[in-house]
Amino acid sequence: MNTNPVLPMAQGSEVPASAAPPAATLGRQLLKALKSPPVMVAFIVFSIVIVLSVLAPVLGTVDPVAINPGKRFAGITEDHWLGTDAFGRDTYSRLLYGARVSLIVGLGAMIISIAIGLVIGVVSGYFRTADVIIMRVMDGIMAIPSILLAIALVSLTGGTLATVLVAITVPEIPRVVRLVRGVILSVRSEPYVEAAVSLGTRIHRLLMRHMVPNTVAPLIVQGSFIFASAILTEATLSFLGAGLPSEIPSWGNMMADGRMYFQLKPGLVLYPGIMLSLTLLSVNILGDVLRDVLDPKMARKG
Amino acid sequence: MLAYIVRRLMATVPVMVMVALVVFAILRLTPGDPAAILAGDDATGEQLERIRKSMGLDQPILTQFGVWVGHLLQGDLGVSLLSSKPVVELIGSRVGPTLALATSTIVLTVLLAVPLGVIAARNRGKWLDRLVMAISVFGFSVPTFVIGYLLILLLSLKLGWFPVQGYKPMADGFVPFAQRLVLPTLALSGVYIALVARITRSSIVEVMGEDFIRTARAKGAKERAILLRHALRNAAVPIVTIIGIGVASLITGVVVTESVFNLPGLGRLVVEAVLARDYPVIQGLILLFSFTYILINLVVDVLYTVFDPRIRY
Repeated sequence: MNTNPVLPMAQGSEVPASAAPPAATLGRQLLKALKSPPVMVAFIVFSIVIVLSVLAPVLGTVDPVAINPGKRFAGITEDHWLGTDAFGRDTYSRLLYGARVSLIVGLGAMIISIAIGLVIGVVSGYFRTADVIIMRVMDGIMAIPSILLAIALVSLTGGTLATVLVAITVPEIPRVVRLVRGVILSVRSEPYVEAAVSLGTRIHRLLMRHMVPNTVAPLIVQGSFIFASAILTEATLSFLGAGLPSEIPSWGNMMADGRMYFQLKPGLVLYPGIMLSLTLLSVNILGDVLRDVLDPKMARKG
Repeated sequence: MLAYIVRRLMATVPVMVMVALVVFAILRLTPGDPAAILAGDDATGEQLERIRKSMGLDQPILTQFGVWVGHLLQGDLGVSLLSSKPVVELIGSRVGPTLALATSTIVLTVLLAVPLGVIAARNRGKWLDRLVMAISVFGFSVPTFVIGYLLILLLSLKLGWFPVQGYKPMADGFVPFAQRLVLPTLALSGVYIALVARITRSSIVEVMGEDFIRTARAKGAKERAILLRHALRNAAVPIVTIIGIGVASLITGVVVTESVFNLPGLGRLVVEAVLARDYPVIQGLILLFSFTYILINLVVDVLYTVFDPRIRY
């Protein structure tokens, strides 16, 4: 598994300090990983989820929020492929649009937390005075169980896509900060960085060209885990009634709406539950592959 | 040793202050006026002003923080907006089911996950290892509430082995108490078992490559003794660490599991408080859970010395 080269941390200052192996090798390794059956299945499942969510409007769906009192709890019919819920809303359509919400939340939380975490982490790793204060604040945020922090944030601001996204992103930021800070601290004392400093390299060039590129590989790995964890947190929040309202169909709030009728219509809870589990399963498997390829040091430990 | 514990306790103070500050800031600085929430939708401006005054919300924010911390230090978490009971009393009345659930989960996890991890490590690369790792990926990916509903469907509704939902305190007899705790414990353990089995496997694999294991083999020690006496003991530190860190996911799990199985514990209290926007209760519970988390990790640090006497403080 770990035949790939160790991250080239120390390099001549003329060569851009790229953290990952060359793209061609990476591509080959990823293709090789796809040959393993579980990884292949995960890849296919995740691709299907993406296709379903992107093409939701043209895949035989109806309006996912259209209420139809005449058709409450319909079984599997030609009109309703997976039946309807307590309000007569089409379960199949809600599942597909729910996939959209999950992917948007996952992607959004990943991008925002990495962007903010990267900036704070670089500042913290490079400027020692700021570090003390920043890390104390981060420790404080990390000590609060993330779901509670998210619940508190949503409950006070109301459940919209934006507030849920913020609530999910905030607890993820400290983890990114710690990761970036660690990388910056470790490359600071590398000879090539010292050489660059003694050559009089300006600070932004030093950071952008010699230090930040080292964070790319670990951040991609971390990003895949944030993606999965954000999807799970959104589903959990919505399931608890502290997330998205049911006008925005999400797998979590579908389960919340269906749980009262679980004994009568288990499908209302199980279909979104299965979609959610399959998605998380495939993302986690693909994330492990990414980690094996991009971050061999971590892979050996985990 | 004692000096170390005292020192570690002191070191948690800044983190706790930070937590208090973060919690306070979130609840006071986010849009949404607690007085308006308390007063309801059709309150007049005058009523709002009166509520604000009685809650001290008209004071400068720093004064408010000072007053709040002062009360906190005296063990006063304020009064619930919903039930007008002191938050501390409310927490006390709901702590039972949560403690029962958390304890049974940790016990089950250690009993199952550590042997699973050891088995996987011993059969590294073989099908048993792959099976354990596959179970672990599943446990990690399938959310607690999905596992919960699958268990209810299978074991309660189809097979009728367990009651569907609810809670009976131990005082009502052990059997009804335990019966209602089995499914929640199984559901909640999923993630935790996955986490601990994984770490156990990788730490054992790492330790088995050490020189002293080769020495033990060379002197003719039995494989079993090597595994249990030499390897497991040395792998204990990362295992205990992950159990400590996993308490955070345990707390999340408690909130969700109590909702699925209708257990009247602290997790349900969180959800009820959130839905009613009962912010003193939300504040109190977040503080309680965070402090518990910090303290458990302190205990974990101290446990290191028990498992690894080389670590001296």
